[in-house]
Amino acid sequence: MSGEPSPHTRPTTRLDARGLLCPLPVIRTQDKIRKLKVGEVLEVVATDPGVLHDIPAWCRVHGHRLLVSEQRADDYRFHIEVA
Amino acid sequence: MGMHDKNANAPKRAAALISGGLDSMLAAKVVLDQGVDVEGINFFTGFCVEGHTHAIRKKDRSRQKRNNALWVAEQLGIKLHIIDVIDEYKDIVLNPKHGYGANLNPCLDCKIFMVNKALTQDVLDRGFDFVITGEVIGQRPKSQRADTMPVIARESGAGDRLLRPLCALNLPPTLPEREGWVDRDKLFGFHGRDRKPQMALADAFGFSDYAQPAGGCCFLTDERYAGKLADLWEARGVRDYDFDDIMLLKVGRHIRPAPHYKLIVGREEGENNFLSGYRRRFVHINTVSHTGPLTLIDGEPTDGDLVLAARIAARYSQGRTAAEVSVNVHHPSGTSSELRVAPLLPTELEPAWHVGG
Ligand code: SF4
Repeated sequence: MSGEPSPHTRPTTRLDARGLLCPLPVIRTQDKIRKLKVGEVLEVVATDPGVLHDIPAWCRVHGHRLLVSEQRADDYRFHIEVA
Repeated sequence: MGMHDKNANAPKRAAALISGGLDSMLAAKVVLDQGVDVEGINFFTGFCVEGHTHAIRKKDRSRQKRNNALWVAEQLGIKLHIIDVIDEYKDIVLNPKHGYGANLNPCLDCKIFMVNKALTQDVLDRGFDFVITGEVIGQRPKSQRADTMPVIARESGAGDRLLRPLCALNLPPTLPEREGWVDRDKLFGFHGRDRKPQMALADAFGFSDYAQPAGGCCFLTDERYAGKLADLWEARGVRDYDFDDIMLLKVGRHIRPAPHYKLIVGREEGENNFLSGYRRRFVHINTVSHTGPLTLIDGEPTDGDLVLAARIAARYSQGRTAAEVSVNVHHPSGTSSELRVAPLLPTELEPAWHVGG
């Protein structure tokens, strides 16, 4: 590893999970992350309030870093750094 | 499949079926404590009680609900893979080789499917050496009988790579026990419906606040839900479903005045919001003169049917005792029309129209 700052502080991939009910947003997040490399950042947007609980829990269980967890007017937004 | 025997000293890998309930949690913990590398697998069939329905009804939203399978994984410190099996599972529900339990629950075929799926799941390109379930002989569902245990092992293809740590002592030693990957002396011989041994073990592990689902792990064991699913098949003349069908069966009052159409009436705001997501695909009715539910019409209603449907919708609105309620009937094509109707009297609503009892 070089001493450079992480190149992926911004999302490289997005997942639109709006309209999906839990656990589908978590399943789609998991499937997407499986295809990403360590250090890449995924942005997830979802509408089911269950994600506020489930996405952070899923990240903790897998050791991924939750960089952003935000409740907006119409949806919820997350940035997840792949571990 | 997971046979990396060349690496005999590497810790063995086990896939634990995690439902979110206590038994599968205990089973995984017992094996985890023996130094096995355990990962959890949770299957989303679309019928799971876990998960989304709590997000639909408003009264349930205020209570922060967790996904119990994720909660279990976090308590145990294991990974959890949630697998979408909605499509594949259809064949299990529609054509269960071993038939159904008390309702439309194909438990035996379901277990066989899940054990097979867990064993053949290549997570991170590595297979599993064996599968763990929380089954206990003689417990509630039909699948958990002494004579069905070998059937699940055989037909799933797992054979003796299927370990049930909670009742292992009542069964012949499996491969993980014979090979010494797990110590049989530290497994259990639970049987029957008595839940005290599980609760005592939970106490010993310091688990509290675990989920205690009342019925089975899925809606197919629920009599009313199964009634609605059977009604759907009968009305359409074909045993089939898609994901939206089975979601909609979880929501609202289902009222079928005639074989060719039924109403799905939202019972509260959360359900109305959920149903409104389907507005573009169904004829639907909303009340105009009074506050009322959103009603979807599934099927092929005639104009006369829509008048009756409007009267039923009015009956569930704030105008139920009014002489007249005005409603809008919307068609998926975008056209809509206003109707003024007398709310249906309680005596006019045939009890048999209520689908699923
Ligand atoms: S209750 Fe449902 S999920 Fe559980 S074993 Fe039976 S069919 Fe499968």
